[in-house]
Amino acid sequence: MTLKTRIIPCLDVKNGRVVKGVNFVDLADVGDPVESAKAYDAAGADELCFLDITASHEARGTILDVVRRTAENCFMPVTVGGGVREVADVRALMLAGADKVSINTAAVKDRTIVARAAEKFGAQAIVVAIDAKRVSAPGEAARWEIFTHGGRNPTGLDALEYAREVADLGAGEILLTSMDRDGTKAGFDLALTRAVSEAVTVPVVASGGVGTLDHLVEGVTLGKASAVLAASIFHYGTYTIAEAKAHMARAGIPMRLN
Amino acid sequence: MKIALIDYGAGNLHSAGKALERAATEAGIAASVTIGADPAMIAAADRLVLPGDGAFRDCREALASVAGLENVLHEQVRVKGKPFLGICVGMQLLADIGEERGETEGLGWIPGRVVALDPKARHLKVPHMGWNTLERLADHPILDGLPFGDDAAQVLSSHAYFLHGFHLLPRDSRDLVATADYGGPVSAIIARDNIVGTQFHPEKSQKLGIAMLANFLKWAP
Repeated sequence: MTLKTRIIPCLDVKNGRVVKGVNFVDLADVGDPVESAKAYDAAGADELCFLDITASHEARGTILDVVRRTAENCFMPVTVGGGVREVADVRALMLAGADKVSINTAAVKDRTIVARAAEKFGAQAIVVAIDAKRVSAPGEAARWEIFTHGGRNPTGLDALEYAREVADLGAGEILLTSMDRDGTKAGFDLALTRAVSEAVTVPVVASGGVGTLDHLVEGVTLGKASAVLAASIFHYGTYTIAEAKAHMARAGIPMRLN
Repeated sequence: MKIALIDYGAGNLHSAGKALERAATEAGIAASVTIGADPAMIAAADRLVLPGDGAFRDCREALASVAGLENVLHEQVRVKGKPFLGICVGMQLLADIGEERGETEGLGWIPGRVVALDPKARHLKVPHMGWNTLERLADHPILDGLPFGDDAAQVLSSHAYFLHGFHLLPRDSRDLVATADYGGPVSAIIARDNIVGTQFHPEKSQKLGIAMLANFLKWAP
């Protein structure tokens, strides 16, 4: 028939434990990312995203164990990001069972990591995560800049130009987070999402700001995203994956339903 | 049953191995999966699985760099006729030529070329990334019991997970068993004699993927 729009729950993992685990089912261990992954697998999530926020480089091996154990239990696609600095990090995650690896700050610092990783693993495995903030004044033509370190550090890079550049270098997907909207529940930055989606020929995942199911719909219909990523609305059981899919399907979006 | 999951440094071996074990359990088959590239191990196996994640050229070079691997694969699959499954680039490698990052010669088991999905021609995003349904062009034991048609259009278990920007176009259309629709047909399952290959990832395709791997283990070509 046709390719379906993806819903991707994202789990933050620190030192091998989830920061906000799912609480819509009874889990033996709420802090175990693999338990949360299994719950989302059973719930019909289309992909899973792990964002490793482990601060110390020494503890970075913990995410490999999480990915490995997830691959043993969940036969679904997994993207892993956070702290990926070298092609060797990409390789280690892929060997553990990740299907895609997301690169953020390392690509801002040195764009060639995108080309090097894509050459080795194929563009389809390489995601570039872009954190963008609107920097134009109200009334001006909209402009967004890339920020790093959770939105604290400006880079001077124009988000649209950067997206085009990394896609040309071999990024197979853009994970686009609006730092203005992240955590607000006010909905995606639709103008940003649409501008980036139209600037590149690779799929764009919309992220940052989901509070309602209509926000998910808008990300696709107005933002032109290929997939939508959300965290808290699913983790806290505000909505189930099935409810979100049914709602998007009613809005005319092709979905993989139960 | 001994399953050889071939390690040439270019595949998601961990996921594929666990999925094969799960499939064997669900099919009620006592099976052991061995990951490696040792010719003696491969020769002793009943079934061979060649995974592949990465760029065609890189995977092809990796395969060629393992001493004796191509010879034992040829002997076991082409001469002895053991059931063989290629996954993603592990399937693409069966073609004559791959066009990803310059032309590279494949194994030539399935006449054809691995070509890019062109986003301009298709007016769609590339890579083809996500869940799609399959269109059956020919019957094949690998498809036994799987849902097809309008009833299957939306249900979870009729979808396969794709993650690729290139696909194998076989010269002989009879080698194409199933396609997916993405701005036109995308090669999804290739088969000839004792050889079968999937462009999508059965080890990542939840219920459909496990069912298909179980079919592969039960298949007696």
